[in-house]
Amino acid sequence: MAAPTPVRHAWRALTGLLVLTALLFGINALGVFVFTDAEGNPASSWAPELALDLQGGTQIILEAKTPDGSQPSPEQMEQAASIIRQRVDASGVGEADITTQAGNQIVVQIPGQADEETRNRIEASAQLQLRAVLYTGAPATSYIGDDGNETPYPTPDPTLNATPTPAPTDGSDINWVTDALMAEFLAYDCDDPANDPANEPADQPLITCEADGSAKYILGPVELDGSSISDASNGLNTQNNQWAVNIVFNAEGTEIFGKISQRLYGETSPRNQFAFVLDGKVLSAPSMNAIILDGKPQITGNFDQETSKTLADQLKYGALPLSFEVQSSNSISATLGSQQLQIGLVAGLIGLVLVAIYSLVVYRSLGFVIIASLAVMGVLTYITLCILAWRMGFRLSLAGVAGLIVTIGFTADSFIVYFERIRDELRDGKSITSAVEDGWGRAKRTIYISKSINILAAVVLYILADATVKGFAFTLGLTTLIDIGIFILFTHPVLQLLARTRFFGGGHPLSGLDPEALGAVYRGRAQFRAPVDAGGKSAAQRRASRSRGEAERRQTIAERKLAQQSADTRSTTEGDD
Amino acid sequence: MRSMNQLGNDLYTGKTSFPFVGRRRLWFIIAAILVIGAALVPVFRPVQFSIEFTGGSQFTVNNVTDPDQTAATTAVQSVVPGATTKVTTIGDDAVRVQTDQMTDVETRAVTAALAEAFSVDEDEVSSSFIGPSWGQDVTRQSLWGLAIFLALTFLILAIYFRTWKMSVAAIIGLVDVLVITIGVYALFGFEISPAAVIGFLTILSYSLYDTTVVFDKVRENTHEDGEKSGRTFGESVNLAVNQTLVRSINTTVVAALPTGAILFIGALWLGAQTLTDISLSIFVGTIVAAYSTLFVAAPLFSLLRENEPEIRARDERVLAAREKALAAV
Repeated sequence: MAAPTPVRHAWRALTGLLVLTALLFGINALGVFVFTDAEGNPASSWAPELALDLQGGTQIILEAKTPDGSQPSPEQMEQAASIIRQRVDASGVGEADITTQAGNQIVVQIPGQADEETRNRIEASAQLQLRAVLYTGAPATSYIGDDGNETPYPTPDPTLNATPTPAPTDGSDINWVTDALMAEFLAYDCDDPANDPANEPADQPLITCEADGSAKYILGPVELDGSSISDASNGLNTQNNQWAVNIVFNAEGTEIFGKISQRLYGETSPRNQFAFVLDGKVLSAPSMNAIILDGKPQITGNFDQETSKTLADQLKYGALPLSFEVQSSNSISATLGSQQLQIGLVAGLIGLVLVAIYSLVVYRSLGFVIIASLAVMGVLTYITLCILAWRMGFRLSLAGVAGLIVTIGFTADSFIVYFERIRDELRDGKSITSAVEDGWGRAKRTIYISKSINILAAVVLYILADATVKGFAFTLGLTTLIDIGIFILFTHPVLQLLARTRFFGGGHPLSGLDPEALGAVYRGRAQFRAPVDAGGKSAAQRRASRSRGEAERRQTIAERKLAQQSADTRSTTEGDD
Repeated sequence: MRSMNQLGNDLYTGKTSFPFVGRRRLWFIIAAILVIGAALVPVFRPVQFSIEFTGGSQFTVNNVTDPDQTAATTAVQSVVPGATTKVTTIGDDAVRVQTDQMTDVETRAVTAALAEAFSVDEDEVSSSFIGPSWGQDVTRQSLWGLAIFLALTFLILAIYFRTWKMSVAAIIGLVDVLVITIGVYALFGFEISPAAVIGFLTILSYSLYDTTVVFDKVRENTHEDGEKSGRTFGESVNLAVNQTLVRSINTTVVAALPTGAILFIGALWLGAQTLTDISLSIFVGTIVAAYSTLFVAAPLFSLLRENEPEIRARDERVLAAREKALAAV
C-alpha cells in the first residue's frame, strides 16, 4: 500500500535541501555583489580562498616573548598581532593575513616573497615610548609657493646644519630642531613605506605621524617607555561627563612624569604636548593642562566609549615590550603552489571516478544515488568554503584538499551503511518500501553515533592543534556535518521516492534492491516470505524445526549445519506454492 | 564464484560465518605479532623525522632544466663551507635542498647561489626555515589533542552503548591500528612530517568510527537476542560482525580508493610530499582499521563481557539447551 506520508516527507526534505542550497548561494552572492571589503573589492568570490601552500607566498611564524619570559596574555597577543598588521601594511604588502595561534605565536602570511626590509620590520620588538612634542604640522608634503602653484618641499639639502647647537638641555628644547631636521620634516611623507619610525634611535628626536596619518610631528628623545605604565583604563569623567583614559604610572614613572609635567605645563603650544608613541606612530599627543605629581594623568578629548577603550588598551598592553623571534619562515613559489593544487585535484577526480565505478558495480543503480549524493555534497561543500573564506577567512590548504578527498570515503560510508541495512531488511522478507523505512531507522542511529565520533575528533583537533592540522580538522568537521545533512535531506528522501518507482520498488535485477538476489524468497501473489528472525533459517529448516519442540527452535550454527545436511535432499528454497 | 550479494546473504543468515570470535586466540596472537613487529620496525629502520621536527633550512628550486645534485651541494658549500646538505630531485624539473639551520643572510646568499647554479630566476627558489621547536610544539599539542579526544570518546561510547567495555575494546583496537600503521609507514622509509601526523590523526578518527559502526550492529544483535536467545553471547557478537562484513569491505574499498589515487598520483609527480605522506598513512590506516575492528575490537569485546555473571549464566543455559536438542535429534 502506498502510504502518502513518507512521500510527502521525502518531498518536504528535498525542498528543504533546495532551499538550503539556494540560501547558501544567496549568502555568497550577497558577498560577491553587495558587500565590499576595505579596498572596495567584492567581499566574497565564487572560488574558495587558497592557502599559502597552494597559491604561493611566504609564511613567517613569530613567537612573542616578554622580557621576563612569562607567557603573554591574550590581550597582549591581540595588540601584538595588530602591531604586526600595521607594520606589514606599512611595508606596502597587500593582502597579508595575520593570525595568532597557540597562545604565543603570530602567523604572518603574505603573498610573494618577503624582502629583507619587510622581515626586519616585522621582527622588531614593539615598544611604547613617551616623547615630548617639539613641532607639529599638517601631513602635507607640499606648499603653495609664491607663484600660487602647489610645490613639493625639496629633498633636504645634505649641507644643512644637522647638529643641534647649542646642545639641548632637555627633551623639550627647541634646539633639537635643526635646519636639516626641519627640512626633513617638511618633506616627510606619512604614507611612504620607506619611512620606518619604529626603529629610530631612542636618544634622538623623531619625525613621525599620528597613527591615522592626520598630523605629523617632530618629537624629542624618549623620556619614558611603556614599562613605567602600570595600568591604563577608560572611564567616564563625572565632572564633565566625557570619556577619558586614566593612566597609572609606577613609582619611577611617577617621578619622571612629574618632572616632565612641571616642565611642559606653561610651555607654549605645541611644546606643552607630549606624545604616546607605539611602534613609531603617535597614538595620542595630549597637552599638559596641570602639573601631575601623583603619577595618575588623565587624557581627555574627543573620546567616546570605544575610542577611549582602544587607547587605554593600546597603552596598557603595549606597555610591556614584546619581542618577536622567528620560529619558522617558509616561502613557496607560485609555480609549486599551483602544481600541488593540480595534483590534488587530479587525484581527487580519479578517486571519485573509482568510487563511482565501485558503487555501480556493488550497488547497481543504487550506485547512482551514492554518486548523486556525493555530487550534492561537492556543491554544498564548495559554496560553504566560499562563504567561510569570506566570513571566517578560511583558506583551503593542501592538507585541507587531502582532507576533502579522504572524506569521500567517510561520506560514502554513510550511504553504504544505509544500503546494507535496507538489504538486511529485504533479506528479512520486508517489502521494499518498508525496508527503506526500517533500514533508515536502524542506519540513522549508527550514523549519528559514529559521525559524532568524527565531529568530536574534528572539534578537539581544531581547538588544540597547530594551524596545519586546524585546516584539516576544519574540513573534516565541515564535511561530516554536511554529510549528515545530505544523508537526512537527500539520500533518504530519494530512496523513499525511488522505492515507489516500478524499477526499484519492483526489485529489478539492476536496481540493486532485487530481493531474490538478496536471498529473500518471493512467494507469488505479491507476497514476500514472512520475516524470519535474524538467525535466518531456511524454509526447509523451519519446516523441520516446526515439528520439533520449543527449545529446538533455537538453533545454532553447528546445529543448523546438521539440519542442513539432512535437508539437502529436499529443495532448500520454496518455489511457487 | 558467489556474488557479493550471495555472500552478503549467507553472512546475514549465518550460512557462511567467519569465526571472528570463535578463533579469537589465533587472531590475538596474530595481532600481537603484528604490533610487536611494527614496534620493532624502528630498530632496524630508524624513523626519519622531517625538517619540521629537526629544524633546518630547505630550498626548492623549480623549473630546472638539468637537476644536477652536485651543483646544488656546491652552491650551498660556496656560501656555508662544510654545511651538511641533503639534495632530492622532485619530478624532473625541481630540486630540493635541505641544510642545517641558516641565518637570514646565509639563506638569501644560498638562494642567490642556487638560482645562479641552476640558471633560474631567484623567484623560482623557495626557501623555508624551520625552528627546531616548531615540530615539538605540534607534537605536544597533537598528543594533548589525542589524550582529550580519547577520554571524551571513552565517555561518549560508554554512555551510548551503556557499557564501558565497548569503549575499552574500541580504544585497544585503535592503539593496535596506530602502532601497525606507524610501523608500516616507517617501513616504507617515509619521513614523519606534519602531513603524516595529520594522517595518523585521521586514522584515529576513522578507526573509532569504523569500530562504532560495527559495534552498533553488535549492540542491536546482543540487545535483540536478549534473554531468550538461542545463541551464546560470543555467537551473537560474531553474527553481528559477519552481518556487517559486506559493509566493512565496501567501506574499506571506497575509503581506500581515493587515498590510493592520491598516493599513486603523488608518487608519480613526486613533488607533492604533503599529499603522499598524508595518503600513505591514511591508505594503510583504513585497511588496518577495518582489520582491527573485525579481528581485535569485536572478539576483545566478547572476551571482556563473557565473564559477567549474567552473560555466563545465559551462555550456560544456551549450551545446555543445545546439548539437549542435539541429544533429542
